[in-house]
Amino acid sequence: MNDTAVRHTALTTYVLALGDDALILAQRLGQWVTQAPQIEEDIALANISLDLLGQARTLLGYAGEIEDAGRDEDDLAFLREESDFRNVQLVEIPNGDFAVTIARQLVFSAYQYELYRALVDSADATLAGLAAKAVKEVAYHRDHARQWTLRLGDGTAESHTRMQNGVDRVWPYIEELLETWPVTGELPGVAVGPAPLRQGWAAFVEPVIADATLSVPQPTWRARGGRQGIHTEHLGHLLPEMQYLHRAHPGASW
Amino acid sequence: MTPSVEHVHDEHVRDEQGRLRSVAGAVLDPEIPVLTLDDLGIVRDLVLSADGSVQVTLTPTYTGCPATAVIAADVEKALHAAGVDRVGVRTVLSPAWSTDWMTDEGRDKLRAYGIAPPGSSVGDTGAVALTLSARCPQCGSTRTREISRFGSTPCKSLWSCLSCLEPFDSFKVI
Repeated sequence: MNDTAVRHTALTTYVLALGDDALILAQRLGQWVTQAPQIEEDIALANISLDLLGQARTLLGYAGEIEDAGRDEDDLAFLREESDFRNVQLVEIPNGDFAVTIARQLVFSAYQYELYRALVDSADATLAGLAAKAVKEVAYHRDHARQWTLRLGDGTAESHTRMQNGVDRVWPYIEELLETWPVTGELPGVAVGPAPLRQGWAAFVEPVIADATLSVPQPTWRARGGRQGIHTEHLGHLLPEMQYLHRAHPGASW
Repeated sequence: MTPSVEHVHDEHVRDEQGRLRSVAGAVLDPEIPVLTLDDLGIVRDLVLSADGSVQVTLTPTYTGCPATAVIAADVEKALHAAGVDRVGVRTVLSPAWSTDWMTDEGRDKLRAYGIAPPGSSVGDTGAVALTLSARCPQCGSTRTREISRFGSTPCKSLWSCLSCLEPFDSFKVI
């Protein structure tokens, strides 16, 4: 492949991966509807899910456009198999209790905030446009997670234990978000390599953990492989639920 | 001097384009039906082509706002009713919509409708725009309390008034 073709493929992969992160987390958060501990949280998590779904639609639509193989956002969301998804494993693991979900929201929205803030300056106009829009939405998601982490961590003995468990549960998955990712190296000026995001991420997350009287976990293992299509068993259960309607009624529209 | 035929034609197209732009701008928001699209500032552009077709550019308030599709359909319907056969509506994200684009008239209408209007945004400071206190749209008190950052639609947060004890929505600053 020549340089242009390499960049083209890399851009498709990159956009698809960002879109898959947003899509799968939107689906997970949607599962909280009617299940959250209070109605305000039911609404909050649904709102966050909806923001992520909007971002996913833009990203997957754009990935389909640059891939130029005739696939639209629906084809990419509903007709791909598990191993075709490029999301990090963090977004596919089950919701757990409310504290696990909040811990995931804290680490993911802190990452996504830094990502979009950097993508505002991307040479790719579509990515820059989406990022400028989405960073304002994600600022609210990040703040929501921060407030709950503080309240639960520095709350009762029970809520503290649950919040610490939540943080412990998600910590093995954060390296996958923040590590260097080969495809970004092929897109200088366009993509944001995860490594430079680490500093901003840590500057936000670490004080929250400390203020919430929680301790930073020291996991003995780490997740890897999501960006290459290697997933936990949980994605295999999530996809049929998300995809069955479209597959049962191909081409159906409202 | 008599104006040239082209000049008269251009003027006619411009007038017609302006009229259709007003038609599109007067469409009501489906979620907050006291606001027009012009009050919200979400009609980005309207172009009338020589073949009589119209292309409208809208911008969503939030990327995932479900009202966007309804708004696009309503604009199309309004323009059909105004005599345009072929209408295309596209949505653009950039530049990102901000609550700063809402007109003063729109803010007054929101208040009268029972929704606290947004304050002014502070740009990218790395934080959520801090709303210290929303004024109760019912009784005007500033003794209010935020119940949740996320309300009945993506663009609103949920508050309650400590003076008149009524709950109310507040339009979020973005």
